[in-house]
Amino acid sequence: MTAVAATFLVAAIQVQAVRERTYPPLDLDVEAVYVTSGNAVRRLVGAYDGLAADIYWIRAIQYYGGAKRRLDARPALPEPPPMLAAVESSEYEQLFTFLDITTTLDPLFEIAYRFGAVFLAEAHPAGAGRADLAVRLLEKGLVEQPDKWEYMQDIGFVYYWYEHDYRQASAWFAKASEVPGAPVWLKGLAATTLAQGGDRQSSRAMWEAIRQSSEVDWMRATAERLLTQLNVLDRMDEIQARLDALARATGAPPSNWQTVIRAGVFPGVPLDPTGTPYELTPDGRVRLSESSGLFPLPVEPGRATLSR
Amino acid sequence: MRAIAAIAINVFRESVRDKVLYNLVAFATLMIGASYLLGQLTAGQDVKIIKDLGLSATSIFGLFIAIFIGIGLVSKEVERRSVYSLLPKPIHRFQLVLGKYAGLTLTLLVNISIMTVAFYAVLIYTAWGVDPVVQEAWDAPALDPALLKAIALIFVELLLVTAIALFFSTFSTPILSAALTFGLFIAGHFSADLRNFDQVLESAAAVRLARGVYWVLPNLAQFDVKTEVVHGLPVTIGYMGLTTAYAFLYTAMLLTFAVYVFSRRDFK
Repeated sequence: MTAVAATFLVAAIQVQAVRERTYPPLDLDVEAVYVTSGNAVRRLVGAYDGLAADIYWIRAIQYYGGAKRRLDARPALPEPPPMLAAVESSEYEQLFTFLDITTTLDPLFEIAYRFGAVFLAEAHPAGAGRADLAVRLLEKGLVEQPDKWEYMQDIGFVYYWYEHDYRQASAWFAKASEVPGAPVWLKGLAATTLAQGGDRQSSRAMWEAIRQSSEVDWMRATAERLLTQLNVLDRMDEIQARLDALARATGAPPSNWQTVIRAGVFPGVPLDPTGTPYELTPDGRVRLSESSGLFPLPVEPGRATLSR
Repeated sequence: MRAIAAIAINVFRESVRDKVLYNLVAFATLMIGASYLLGQLTAGQDVKIIKDLGLSATSIFGLFIAIFIGIGLVSKEVERRSVYSLLPKPIHRFQLVLGKYAGLTLTLLVNISIMTVAFYAVLIYTAWGVDPVVQEAWDAPALDPALLKAIALIFVELLLVTAIALFFSTFSTPILSAALTFGLFIAGHFSADLRNFDQVLESAAAVRLARGVYWVLPNLAQFDVKTEVVHGLPVTIGYMGLTTAYAFLYTAMLLTFAVYVFSRRDFK
């Protein structure tokens, strides 16, 4: 009898395979969010809002990861001129909805606020490019936990790194520093941001603060990578200064490393922290190789614009 | 008391014979599978999600046992006509009702105890080898004893739900009992909205009626401390004491009604 039943099952599977080949299933929009209100979802799940929050968090991560993977797989397009509208993409359209629902179901879900803000604020195509939504999400967290200095620090970071609004960034760092139990370096960070917002040193101070305060491996690794990249920028400035000195001495910018080495400026081709040689352009400018693991380097925020 | 105990043990044996304990296999499979998958999906939140999943699964599995066995506790005896052979025996009707209730309580206790052990085992596995620096950042430790408070209140809530199911079972069909018990379970979790009707209704009479219904319906939301426990927020002994006392009193009321209804039934 078991053999007969197994035969029927195998036959049914074969028939299904033929049907799917002949009539492929519809490609449904699996990322559709049918209920967009967090409060409505809360009513639907009843006493299981914590678990539902976890499910929506997993959906948010899968959604973000899937969108990023699709965008990374596309061929790189040239940057549009600034006058034209920014490249629009619907890839991250639902991200804030997922995060909003997650944090409505579980208002104490810290990682959803903090990671979610990074996913939202990160510039396209790495993220949604919506720093305003990142701030909105973190401010929602502060309504539930008004003394959560980490959220205030994160808001300050969003204003600093993504919005280049150093006055706002400084204000939020200062606010965070006033929360009992907040780390002492926040006050200094607030002052440095106000005085030197956009300066590489203040960027370094902020990423160092994130590296020390983050409890999550992913955030710490990101901060360490950024710090290494800032060191690379410093090193490139040093190399460029010596190349410029050589150019003034010889009357022409060096176009290859052999010329530089023969002139005794460096004993060999300078290497970046990953061991990849820096490149020298024909007009004597040093740059990071595209094959380096640290490529691309971060776009540094501009100088402090305190007139804002 | 001996009659009640004998009936209780018989109910427990029947549950085992009905393979109720197989739900533990489903629970264990769910927890182990989830712990394996979650590490890949959740950006470091696996312990929190395991806790949410474990507590919710304990509640859901327990709820299904309480309702689907509870609705048949008395009605099955009537349908199978075995009640006719029971009643001539030197057993009072109230002993039959209380014995049935005690038996299902014992079944729930065994189930939840085994689920708790499996739950903590999965938490041990999930937290094994995690960097102490990362562990320090968690809202609550993986093997948090406070989880037992949430489990205890889940058990107390299930005692109340069992009493509801048993009460309906004394006079109604299983399908209707299940629907009414589920309905009361859901209403019990949203009853707080009735208390705030003065914010949406203008009629004073309607507001008073809503408030009255709020106080009469079983308030089940107070047994849900899963979020507090998972996030390391305190759940005081005082809160647990008052909530448990409420459950016992409400259960006593339901059992009193159940005994009354069953005593008045004519089984000719």
